[in-house]
Amino acid sequence: MTTRPPHGATPRTAILPSPRAAPRTATHLARGTDPQVITSPQAAPWGATFPARARRWAMGDRVLLEVLVPGPMTTVQDLGRPGLGHLGVGRSGAADRDALRLANRLLANPEGAAGLEVTMGGLVVRAHGHLLVALTGAPCPATATGPDGRARGIGHAAVECLPPGSVLRLGLPRYGLRTYLAVRGGLAVDKVLGSRSTDTMAGLGPPRPTAGTLLPVGPPPEGFPLIDLAPIPAPPAGEAVLEIAPGPRDDWFTPDALDTLCSEPYEVTTDSDRVGMRLRGPRLTRARDGELPTEGMVPGALQVPPSGQPTLFLADHPVTGGYPVIAVVRTSDIGRAAQTRPGDRIRFHLKH
Amino acid sequence: MTARVRPCGDGALLVEVDDVEEVVALYDTMAAAPLAGVTDLVPAARTLLVRFEPPARPETVEAAVRAARPRTGRRDAAGEVTIPVVYDGADLAEVAALTGLTELEVISAHTGTPWVVAFCGFAPGFGYLTGGDPRLTVPRRTESRVRVPPGSVALAAGFSAVYPRESPGGWRLIGHTTLQIWDITADPPAHLRPGVQVRFTEATRG
Repeated sequence: MTTRPPHGATPRTAILPSPRAAPRTATHLARGTDPQVITSPQAAPWGATFPARARRWAMGDRVLLEVLVPGPMTTVQDLGRPGLGHLGVGRSGAADRDALRLANRLLANPEGAAGLEVTMGGLVVRAHGHLLVALTGAPCPATATGPDGRARGIGHAAVECLPPGSVLRLGLPRYGLRTYLAVRGGLAVDKVLGSRSTDTMAGLGPPRPTAGTLLPVGPPPEGFPLIDLAPIPAPPAGEAVLEIAPGPRDDWFTPDALDTLCSEPYEVTTDSDRVGMRLRGPRLTRARDGELPTEGMVPGALQVPPSGQPTLFLADHPVTGGYPVIAVVRTSDIGRAAQTRPGDRIRFHLKH
Repeated sequence: MTARVRPCGDGALLVEVDDVEEVVALYDTMAAAPLAGVTDLVPAARTLLVRFEPPARPETVEAAVRAARPRTGRRDAAGEVTIPVVYDGADLAEVAALTGLTELEVISAHTGTPWVVAFCGFAPGFGYLTGGDPRLTVPRRTESRVRVPPGSVALAAGFSAVYPRESPGGWRLIGHTTLQIWDITADPPAHLRPGVQVRFTEATRG
């Protein structure tokens, strides 16, 4: 059996000094044999109820990210668990996959390393050990307060150092919805079915971090960050324009339904989460009655229930569904969709 | 078999066939010879969703679907599972009334014929079982239950199923099993995978 850490065993650098060997008292807490990674969400320091002694041990010897305030909705996400659709298990993963990938690339992590997906900001975390972090996705005002009490601004899509004890605070995003906080080494919570993503629909993966949650940080990857900033242009103001391709069930609707879909913008309603976004706009009329036999769904699918108002599926969409899908958003535009907020407007553009 | 291939965005095709038997056969054939770039095969009632990424392209995936020569009928590769059931479900009497059978006849119909997992969905590890006794075709309940206990054995719309975890549900409950059909620490985590044969046996209460 190998005990090699997942991202390659390399000696820690000066930035992330080598951890001391775990004390004997720790062994009953961690399943598995790798002393650098806490592997069991049950036994590991996950909740506020974690015993104080173990908590001190964990803080003294491990590189950790402590959640002080989770904000309205924060989950651990990587790129999800593909290949299990036939078992009724969806892919899940970051709602804005490109944003998580970018944050990881900035830190020289593997693109699929786990980070935090922070919805509408509000996250406060404390570094235990030296952390290199990057924020991507929805740009938040962010500050880091050092142990000396001095605060400094933290850049967006930039490689930033958090010395031990410093506290990172995210404000409300200026635009966009989901901010990604990646840590060099990735968050090393236990994988469930090959992924560290929380699937909010299926109830799979790590629990949602709450105040006091200690998230273990994995060993650093071999490579080093080569740039300290990724200049990302702000998306154009106003409506989010998403390209769609018709089908698979456009024939369930009247011939003008696709034109209707693209004629006026749709508003994102508050009935939106990681599963999907309920939209409000021109009603799409069915050309036929009856029920569609259950069929497989994809992210970006515009599923139309009897109300005629489409739902745009995101990362935690149901694996199968029974309402017809009139069109599907282009894969590269799904991240843009995931960054729209309730009240924002979406215009669909039909690909010809 | 005539397969209609429908577009489903830039990362999937939805292959539509005539019935669930053909879906299972096509799924088996495609799963046995995976095409590079195909990430997920999601069988359902009349369709197989094929999700892919580069190097697979819609044309190559469609060509592979059209070239597949699925055999319906005999199948034995996917495995077999026996599920002991205590037939004490809250809807057993209602199922008997709806089918015109006695409760004992419902039980012997449910245990008398092997079922096969056609597809999974609704929840991780929730298998839609087909091929059972056709007399057991009952509609869903008009009102869904908020909580169906894990291990509940149920019937609806010609399918049978076992609830892997506690969840809401509208199927008619005829019994329960203590066999854990979904375990995330097991590999594979699901007992009920597409193509697996299922035999229900009557277990004594206790």
